[in-house]
Amino acid sequence: MQYHIEVTIGLKDGMLDPEAATIRKALEHLGYPTVSLGLQKKFIIDLDEASSDEAYSKVDEMCKRLLANPVIHNYDIVIEESI
Amino acid sequence: MKIAVLQFGGSNCDYDVQYVLSEIIGVDTDLVWYKDELNGYDGVVIPGGFSYGDYLRAGAIAARTPIMNSIKRMAEEGLPVIGICNGFQVLVESGMLPGALMTNQYPKFRCQWVYLKVENNTSPFTREFKEGEIIRIPIAHMEGNYFADESVISGLNSRHRVAFRYVDPGGNATEEVNPNGSKQNIAGILNVQGNVLGMMPHPERASEEILGSKDGKKIFHSMIKYISSLVST
Repeated sequence: MQYHIEVTIGLKDGMLDPEAATIRKALEHLGYPTVSLGLQKKFIIDLDEASSDEAYSKVDEMCKRLLANPVIHNYDIVIEESI
Repeated sequence: MKIAVLQFGGSNCDYDVQYVLSEIIGVDTDLVWYKDELNGYDGVVIPGGFSYGDYLRAGAIAARTPIMNSIKRMAEEGLPVIGICNGFQVLVESGMLPGALMTNQYPKFRCQWVYLKVENNTSPFTREFKEGEIIRIPIAHMEGNYFADESVISGLNSRHRVAFRYVDPGGNATEEVNPNGSKQNIAGILNVQGNVLGMMPHPERASEEILGSKDGKKIFHSMIKYISSLVST
């Protein structure tokens, strides 16, 4: 079965994100003050696995070993069966 | 005695480090491409640069290349491993040192001389310094903001694993002289055994009087003396 997976990775709550802070300031200069602004990275993966559970655990492993840095990141995995 | 200077795609301080080790210190030093064998070396330097274009996160890709397994083995055997700048990023990404190096608090590439305080002068890399000595070495980085959670930081402090801190010329670790937002002005840390050092400043750029400082040379000198002591025991 083929699965379509979207992994969203972002900094853990409360961590300072200088890039987001800079973009927020630039938006403010353009006349768009914001209450908050965050940045996340999204990975789009298609995977052949026997089940959704197996696909999930494989992607979870990818996150732990490379895609995310567990010291500073949280991540979220969304899986759907490809049609 | 033979030292290896690692080369990944995008390493760019490799030749500088080799020059200092072979020409200034006078020790046999090879450049070793990451796909080659890492055999018969007494120490390793992971130099600065932008390995793999800093893709994903600085140091993340290089940290997962197979040669890192050889480096971990060497570290377990007690041989000295030093990661400078991007090399420090590779060491934290590989899990050989704790924490993470994030984008500088003021998100700009900082290229400047800094003062460092030698917090631990008993390590294989710092034994040529006096305790608390203030030294001058330049930095050049965008992701040097050392982060780790409080328990890790207090562990580093209590076990004397902070090798260097950013300070003013008087030795005070103030916010004003912290160039990147690092927790507690941390500029370099050691592993538990003390034989793995990661540091953001570039000692190879401060190893000759003509460049403005020779303080960095003492780090390489310490490392070489340490290796000699291993051989003689």
